[in-house]
Amino acid sequence: MSAPAEPKKLTKKDLSADHPTWCPGCGDFAVLAAFFKVLEKLQIPHEKICTIAGIGCSSRFPYFVNGHGVHFIHGRALPLASGVSLSRPDLHVFAFGGDGDGYSIGGNHLDHAARKNVNLTYVVMDNFVYGLTKKQTSPTSPMGFKSKTDPTGSIDQPINPMKKLVYGGASFVARTHAAQVKHMMEVFERAILHPGFSVVEVLSECVVFYPGIFDDGNPRKGGEFGLIEEKKWDDSEEDQARHDVSDENAAYQLATLQYPGKFGVFYETDRPTKNQLEQRWIDSTKEKIGDATTKDLLGSRFASMK
Amino acid sequence: MTVSATSDSPEKSESPSSSRDGITELQNAVIRFAGNSQDGIQTIGGFLARLAGRSAREVMTYMTIPSTISGGPSIFQVHLGSGEVLSAGDESDFLFAFYQHSYDNHIDSLKEGGICLYDSDHVEEIREIEGVTHVAVPMTSTTVEAIGGSARDRGKNIFVLGLVTQLFNLNKEKLVSLVEKQFGRKGEDVARNAMLAFDAGYAYPVGDVLKAQYDLKEGKSEGIDKVTTDGNTAMTLGLLAGGVRYGAGYPITPWSTIMEQLRSELPKYGGLFVQCEDELAAVSMAIGFAYSGHTAITGSSGPGLSLKMEALGYATMAEIPLVVINVQRGGPSTGLPTSVEQSDLMQAIYGSHGDCPRIVLAPKNVEDCFYIGREACMLAREFSCPVIVLTDQALASRIEAFTQPNLDEVVIDPVLDQETRGEDFRPYPLDGLTKHAPPGTPMAAGKYPVVTGLEHDEWGHPSGNPEMHARMNARRREKLKTLGARLPIPDIHGDESGDVLIVGWGSSWGPIREAVNRMRERGQKVAAMHIRHMNPMPNSLDTVFANYQHVAVVEMNDEGLYGNGQLATLLRARYCDPKIQSICKTDGLNYKIREIIERVAELTNPS
Repeated sequence: MSAPAEPKKLTKKDLSADHPTWCPGCGDFAVLAAFFKVLEKLQIPHEKICTIAGIGCSSRFPYFVNGHGVHFIHGRALPLASGVSLSRPDLHVFAFGGDGDGYSIGGNHLDHAARKNVNLTYVVMDNFVYGLTKKQTSPTSPMGFKSKTDPTGSIDQPINPMKKLVYGGASFVARTHAAQVKHMMEVFERAILHPGFSVVEVLSECVVFYPGIFDDGNPRKGGEFGLIEEKKWDDSEEDQARHDVSDENAAYQLATLQYPGKFGVFYETDRPTKNQLEQRWIDSTKEKIGDATTKDLLGSRFASMK
Repeated sequence: MTVSATSDSPEKSESPSSSRDGITELQNAVIRFAGNSQDGIQTIGGFLARLAGRSAREVMTYMTIPSTISGGPSIFQVHLGSGEVLSAGDESDFLFAFYQHSYDNHIDSLKEGGICLYDSDHVEEIREIEGVTHVAVPMTSTTVEAIGGSARDRGKNIFVLGLVTQLFNLNKEKLVSLVEKQFGRKGEDVARNAMLAFDAGYAYPVGDVLKAQYDLKEGKSEGIDKVTTDGNTAMTLGLLAGGVRYGAGYPITPWSTIMEQLRSELPKYGGLFVQCEDELAAVSMAIGFAYSGHTAITGSSGPGLSLKMEALGYATMAEIPLVVINVQRGGPSTGLPTSVEQSDLMQAIYGSHGDCPRIVLAPKNVEDCFYIGREACMLAREFSCPVIVLTDQALASRIEAFTQPNLDEVVIDPVLDQETRGEDFRPYPLDGLTKHAPPGTPMAAGKYPVVTGLEHDEWGHPSGNPEMHARMNARRREKLKTLGARLPIPDIHGDESGDVLIVGWGSSWGPIREAVNRMRERGQKVAAMHIRHMNPMPNSLDTVFANYQHVAVVEMNDEGLYGNGQLATLLRARYCDPKIQSICKTDGLNYKIREIIERVAELTNPS
């Protein structure tokens, strides 16, 4: 690996690639902008940034970031990203996608990436609708939502992403709103710095197929952006009412709040990542066998079969 | 059973029971153990196969396993010989029957002059069959007595191993050391009981009934200790030698033992194998490993390969080097999960959506599993595309002895290539092969590549340009044609021209070869050609076909709507030659030599 002698400061200009194909006014523009700003702040070496996505409007993300990237198949970004993360500890691995990709076709992979606590950051741009295929019901569409597949209104109970993520075992779970760039940047930064599987659910409006759906969480549209107040552990009276991010039950309670609910970090815990646990096994195995070469190892296997 | 001419009358000595007291020399023998799956009959077979490998004998085994967890009839057949052993044998010379059902179902598998040793504690009714010698041995009670009361049926298999050692005058010392090594790992008591059972079998006075002792000759390749193992193990080691360091999979029979072994082995090489939540995640994670710059594998069996198809289409489009092992079993659907079939050839070549060229290889025997596994790694890296290896249930569990590969020549240690890519780097050059820049690679031009499943231009940018799609399709196709052009025409076994050329692929290599040997002994002009590179195939096979009146393609799959098996269909499509005919079957069993000879005769002399 040849790092440049004097690393140039990484700027938004360096990080920008193709102009996004999103519709004017799409919430995803703000997510991309916030992501660039956090990368500028953290100054991750350019070649170590790896963005991975499946299929959907938001899953076009890797084309818009000038960094190593993969535009994969529908719903399977997380297993691919897990492969990158587990075999390349030197990289910063990001997965992007929407509610259909992450909670529907890829729903099972999300649970398993979460329980395994694979070290990567996953951003879900949730717009409550299938946009790329032009307005079908999504797993997060509220009941009653009229789409091309539910002309008289959706009848299925939507997924509660925050409950799913906490239940699944994600070690960092946060929720934010695409109209709140500063807040987005704060939670993105915390998610990136968190060791383990960190997920940020972003309410990101589809201005074409579900306009106005997130106004209730946007003060500029007359809504309320209710922030989670985290415990400061200062023994004060007020602190008792504040949210303990390590408390799983408290996270569930926040997740059950009436829409638009609260924004911020729901849950954060420090538990060993799969990356660490696998490495521990590799290290202890290598310790036992010493500096055996491939030839030595294969030779002893063959010898045992004679 | 071939008996050497040490006795006065070679004809008579075909039947060992009629030979004089003393030692009858055998060139080879087929021994069938029939019992239930939990009796550990595979253990007896395994020991005998290992011993064969240590005695420079040839060996091939065959087993059936019920697809239930415990219980159900199971057999293990061992073909031992001092000459070339090409199949597990059609019929057996010796039968060890553990139960009445084992006896009833397998007594007819004995050859004329065969010997049946049965457990008289379980088998109550025997049939009088001319030319078959029955020997009653109270296997269960003698074992219980030897081990000491409470041991139930366990150890019966080792008792029988002792009996076999006595009967065939096998090298007791070598066997005892194998038994001690195997059971020693499980603790002192287990090892002691195993030895008690072995000694009881070895000392059992079977000679009161059976006058002869059989001496299985040791092979001629003296000095070379052969490796004795099954196809899945050989495949695992071939993958490791070929540079595989990362992999992902999901359990399914009969693929699982490859993933289990890789899970344990790869950490020693600094690598990793991950068990995933499903087949889709497994292939996706493997693609993630490959994208990261490693030689990576995934694998499965029939239905699991179907589940991976979408991602395999991606791997062709994005040009990701990936090795995929498919251990074929009887299909469709759950089908016959523990039986052999060769019905995934079309799936392997054409299974994905769109025009999706990829490399497909098929090993011919256990030894070849090693070399094909290794070759798959090399081809995946060279052509940056998926390589599917079609092995099968028979190869997966069959044990064979072969010479250890020369590790100085075969071992490839992978290098993660992260050299800075120059200004002119293009991931998909129209005039060359893809060589991806894995993440972590600095890019001199400051522009980083996105690997994609959308049709794209040379730089990987999505492109809906119709001409670009045609050119990129051609590019993905032409690289495989380059490979096809350099593949040699497979060796011909038998007559260089004549009546019939038998074309085969996969695990039926041995029976086909032996069938050709026997047909030639009878004066027929026949030959066999075995294809290992299924897609692309070597070019100009028609120049070989031209030398024969008939081309008979032998496969274990269905004859289809138009009367041709899967390989036969491909060969007919390519060479448009009606001379190419098909011999198919789907009974879940390996081809018997006799079956091949009969079917070829029917094809060439239709009545």
